[in-house]
Amino acid sequence: MSVTATIRIQQADFDVAQEIAVLTKSRTDIGAVVSFSGICRGSENGEPIAALTLEHYPGMAEAEIARHADEALSRWPLQGLTIIHRFGRIAPGENIVLVVTASPHRQAAFEAAEFLMDYLKTNAPFWKREESGKGTSWIEARDHDDAAAARWTKA
Amino acid sequence: MRVKYFAWVRERVGVAEETVEPPADVRTVNDLIGWLSSRSEAYAYAFEKPKVIRAAIDHAHVKPDAVISGAREIAFFPPMTGG
Repeated sequence: MSVTATIRIQQADFDVAQEIAVLTKSRTDIGAVVSFSGICRGSENGEPIAALTLEHYPGMAEAEIARHADEALSRWPLQGLTIIHRFGRIAPGENIVLVVTASPHRQAAFEAAEFLMDYLKTNAPFWKREESGKGTSWIEARDHDDAAAARWTKA
Repeated sequence: MRVKYFAWVRERVGVAEETVEPPADVRTVNDLIGWLSSRSEAYAYAFEKPKVIRAAIDHAHVKPDAVISGAREIAFFPPMTGG
Protein backbone atom coordinates (compact mmCIF):
# COMPACT_ATOMS: atom_id res chain seq x y z
CA MET A 1 0.00 0.00 0.00
CA SER A 2 1.45 3.35 -0.95
CA VAL A 3 1.66 5.90 1.82
CA THR A 4 0.75 9.53 1.29
CA ALA A 5 2.20 12.09 3.64
CA THR A 6 -0.12 14.62 5.25
CA ILE A 7 1.52 18.04 5.05
CA ARG A 8 -0.01 21.20 6.44
CA ILE A 9 1.37 24.72 6.66
CA GLN A 10 -0.94 26.63 8.94
CA GLN A 11 -1.25 29.53 11.33
CA ALA A 12 -3.47 27.61 13.75
CA ASP A 13 -2.16 25.40 16.54
CA PHE A 14 -2.34 21.60 16.31
CA ASP A 15 -3.13 18.81 18.74
CA VAL A 16 -0.32 16.24 18.89
CA ALA A 17 -2.47 13.46 20.37
CA GLN A 18 -5.15 14.00 17.75
CA GLU A 19 -2.64 13.90 14.89
CA ILE A 20 -1.22 10.60 16.18
CA ALA A 21 -4.74 9.18 16.60
CA VAL A 22 -5.63 10.07 12.99
CA LEU A 23 -2.55 8.22 11.77
CA THR A 24 -3.16 5.03 13.77
CA LYS A 25 -6.96 4.83 13.78
CA SER A 26 -8.39 1.39 12.90
CA ARG A 27 -4.95 -0.07 12.16
CA THR A 28 -3.24 -3.06 13.69
CA ASP A 29 -0.17 -3.17 11.45
CA ILE A 30 1.64 -0.18 12.97
CA GLY A 31 4.20 -1.10 15.61
CA ALA A 32 5.87 2.24 16.28
CA VAL A 33 4.88 5.89 16.24
CA VAL A 34 7.42 8.64 16.80
CA SER A 35 6.35 12.23 17.19
CA PHE A 36 8.59 15.27 17.37
CA SER A 37 7.14 18.59 18.49
CA GLY A 38 9.14 21.79 18.14
CA ILE A 39 8.05 24.28 20.79
CA CYS A 40 8.78 28.00 21.17
CA ARG A 41 11.28 28.59 24.00
CA GLY A 42 10.84 31.52 26.35
CA SER A 43 14.47 32.56 26.00
CA GLU A 44 17.07 32.74 23.28
CA ASN A 45 20.78 32.84 24.23
CA GLY A 46 19.81 33.55 27.83
CA GLU A 47 17.59 36.52 26.92
CA PRO A 48 13.85 36.27 27.55
CA ILE A 49 11.72 36.57 24.43
CA ALA A 50 8.08 37.64 24.13
CA ALA A 51 7.30 35.67 20.96
CA LEU A 52 8.57 34.36 17.66
CA THR A 53 7.10 35.35 14.34
CA LEU A 54 7.60 32.86 11.53
CA GLU A 55 7.64 34.09 7.98
CA HIS A 56 7.35 31.51 5.21
CA TYR A 57 7.37 31.23 1.44
CA PRO A 58 3.88 29.99 0.50
CA GLY A 59 4.01 27.43 -2.28
CA MET A 60 7.68 26.64 -1.86
CA ALA A 61 7.23 25.63 1.79
CA GLU A 62 4.70 22.99 0.77
CA ALA A 63 6.80 21.87 -2.21
CA GLU A 64 10.04 21.60 -0.24
CA ILE A 65 8.47 19.69 2.63
CA ALA A 66 6.75 17.37 0.14
CA ARG A 67 10.11 16.62 -1.51
CA HIS A 68 11.59 15.64 1.85
CA ALA A 69 8.52 13.65 2.80
CA ASP A 70 8.83 11.69 -0.47
CA GLU A 71 12.50 11.04 0.27
CA ALA A 72 11.68 9.81 3.79
CA LEU A 73 8.98 7.52 2.38
CA SER A 74 11.44 6.07 -0.12
CA ARG A 75 14.23 5.56 2.44
CA TRP A 76 12.28 4.06 5.34
CA PRO A 77 9.36 1.60 5.50
CA LEU A 78 6.85 4.12 6.83
CA GLN A 79 3.15 3.40 7.19
CA GLY A 80 2.14 6.96 7.95
CA LEU A 81 3.67 10.42 7.95
CA THR A 82 2.33 13.78 9.11
CA ILE A 83 4.21 17.06 8.98
CA ILE A 84 2.71 20.31 10.25
CA HIS A 85 4.57 23.62 10.32
CA ARG A 86 3.03 26.77 11.73
CA PHE A 87 3.64 30.36 10.65
CA GLY A 88 2.75 33.71 12.17
CA ARG A 89 3.23 34.86 15.75
CA ILE A 90 3.95 32.07 18.23
CA ALA A 91 4.28 32.64 21.99
CA PRO A 92 6.62 30.75 24.34
CA GLY A 93 5.23 27.31 25.13
CA GLU A 94 3.27 27.09 21.88
CA ASN A 95 3.84 24.50 19.17
CA ILE A 96 5.85 25.41 16.07
CA VAL A 97 6.32 22.17 14.15
CA LEU A 98 5.19 18.54 14.28
CA VAL A 99 6.55 15.43 12.61
CA VAL A 100 4.79 12.10 13.19
CA THR A 101 6.13 8.89 11.66
CA ALA A 102 4.56 5.44 11.85
CA SER A 103 6.33 2.20 11.04
CA PRO A 104 6.23 -1.51 11.92
CA HIS A 105 9.41 -1.08 14.01
CA ARG A 106 10.88 1.79 15.97
CA GLN A 107 14.18 2.34 14.19
CA ALA A 108 12.62 3.50 10.92
CA ALA A 109 10.18 5.76 12.75
CA PHE A 110 12.95 7.36 14.83
CA GLU A 111 15.33 7.81 11.92
CA ALA A 112 12.76 9.19 9.49
CA ALA A 113 11.53 11.73 12.06
CA GLU A 114 15.08 12.87 12.77
CA PHE A 115 15.93 13.08 9.06
CA LEU A 116 12.83 15.17 8.39
CA MET A 117 13.50 17.57 11.26
CA ASP A 118 17.14 18.02 10.24
CA TYR A 119 16.03 18.89 6.71
CA LEU A 120 13.14 21.12 7.77
CA LYS A 121 15.59 23.19 9.84
CA THR A 122 17.93 23.89 6.96
CA ASN A 123 15.83 23.59 3.78
CA ALA A 124 12.21 24.49 4.47
CA PRO A 125 11.68 28.18 3.64
CA PHE A 126 10.74 29.53 7.06
CA TRP A 127 12.42 32.36 8.96
CA LYS A 128 12.09 33.09 12.66
CA ARG A 129 12.07 36.57 14.05
CA GLU A 130 12.21 37.05 17.81
CA GLU A 131 10.55 39.75 19.86
CA SER A 132 12.25 40.75 23.09
CA GLY A 133 12.62 43.76 25.35
CA LYS A 134 15.31 45.02 22.94
CA GLY A 135 12.99 45.01 19.93
CA THR A 136 12.81 42.46 17.15
CA SER A 137 15.57 40.62 15.30
CA TRP A 138 15.93 37.75 12.83
CA ILE A 139 17.28 34.55 14.32
CA GLU A 140 20.50 33.47 12.62
CA ALA A 141 20.97 30.03 11.09
CA ARG A 142 23.23 27.73 13.07
CA ASP A 143 26.15 25.79 11.65
CA HIS A 144 25.32 22.73 13.71
CA ASP A 145 21.90 22.53 11.99
CA ASP A 146 23.68 22.37 8.61
CA ALA A 147 25.98 19.66 9.96
CA ALA A 148 22.98 17.70 11.27
CA ALA A 149 21.32 17.78 7.83
CA ALA A 150 24.56 16.93 5.99
CA ARG A 151 25.08 13.64 7.83
CA TRP A 152 22.05 12.13 6.05
CA THR A 153 23.75 12.50 2.68
CA LYS A 154 26.89 10.61 3.73
CA ALA A 155 27.28 7.05 2.61
CA MET B 1 9.98 37.36 -14.32
CA ARG B 2 8.68 37.72 -10.81
CA VAL B 3 11.19 38.16 -8.00
CA LYS B 4 10.30 37.58 -4.35
CA TYR B 5 12.23 38.48 -1.24
CA PHE B 6 11.89 37.08 2.27
CA ALA B 7 12.92 37.91 5.85
CA TRP B 8 15.72 40.48 6.14
CA VAL B 9 16.37 40.45 2.40
CA ARG B 10 12.76 41.63 1.93
CA GLU B 11 13.17 44.28 4.62
CA ARG B 12 16.37 45.65 3.10
CA VAL B 13 15.06 45.68 -0.47
CA GLY B 14 11.84 47.30 0.73
CA VAL B 15 9.37 45.23 -1.31
CA ALA B 16 8.12 41.64 -0.97
CA GLU B 17 7.91 41.03 -4.71
CA GLU B 18 8.24 42.73 -8.05
CA THR B 19 8.43 42.01 -11.75
CA VAL B 20 11.79 42.63 -13.38
CA GLU B 21 13.15 42.44 -16.92
CA PRO B 22 16.89 42.07 -16.68
CA PRO B 23 19.02 42.47 -19.83
CA ALA B 24 19.95 39.36 -21.84
CA ASP B 25 23.48 39.19 -20.43
CA VAL B 26 22.05 38.50 -16.97
CA ARG B 27 22.13 34.72 -17.30
CA THR B 28 22.54 33.23 -13.83
CA VAL B 29 21.24 33.75 -10.32
CA ASN B 30 24.58 35.35 -9.47
CA ASP B 31 24.27 37.69 -12.47
CA LEU B 32 20.80 38.66 -11.28
CA ILE B 33 22.11 39.46 -7.80
CA GLY B 34 24.75 41.69 -9.38
CA TRP B 35 22.21 43.41 -11.62
CA LEU B 36 19.73 43.95 -8.78
CA SER B 37 22.53 45.27 -6.55
CA SER B 38 23.34 47.92 -9.15
CA ARG B 39 19.80 49.32 -9.02
CA SER B 40 20.00 51.14 -5.69
CA GLU B 41 21.70 51.28 -2.32
CA ALA B 42 18.83 49.30 -0.78
CA TYR B 43 19.49 46.37 -3.13
CA ALA B 44 23.24 46.69 -2.68
CA TYR B 45 22.71 46.50 1.09
CA ALA B 46 20.41 43.46 0.81
CA PHE B 47 22.94 41.61 -1.35
CA GLU B 48 26.13 42.95 0.26
CA LYS B 49 27.16 39.41 1.26
CA PRO B 50 26.07 37.36 -1.75
CA LYS B 51 27.44 34.12 -0.27
CA VAL B 52 24.90 34.33 2.55
CA ILE B 53 21.95 34.74 0.17
CA ARG B 54 19.97 31.64 -0.81
CA ALA B 55 17.93 31.47 -4.00
CA ALA B 56 15.07 29.43 -5.39
CA ILE B 57 13.73 29.17 -8.92
CA ASP B 58 10.07 28.15 -9.23
CA HIS B 59 9.95 26.88 -5.63
CA ALA B 60 13.14 24.78 -5.74
CA HIS B 61 16.50 25.63 -4.19
CA VAL B 62 19.20 26.51 -6.72
CA LYS B 63 22.90 27.36 -6.65
CA PRO B 64 24.28 30.78 -7.65
CA ASP B 65 25.35 29.49 -11.08
CA ALA B 66 21.81 28.31 -11.96
CA VAL B 67 20.57 29.69 -15.29
CA ILE B 68 17.52 31.93 -14.91
CA SER B 69 16.11 31.79 -18.45
CA GLY B 70 12.60 30.33 -18.43
CA ALA B 71 12.12 31.00 -14.72
CA ARG B 72 8.68 32.27 -13.74
CA GLU B 73 9.59 33.12 -10.15
CA ILE B 74 12.93 33.67 -8.48
CA ALA B 75 13.21 34.14 -4.72
CA PHE B 76 16.04 35.46 -2.57
CA PHE B 77 16.25 34.88 1.16
CA PRO B 78 18.63 34.36 4.09
CA PRO B 79 19.56 30.89 5.39
CA MET B 80 16.41 29.25 6.69
CA THR B 81 15.58 29.04 10.39
CA GLY B 82 12.36 27.04 10.54
CA GLY B 83 11.64 23.82 12.35
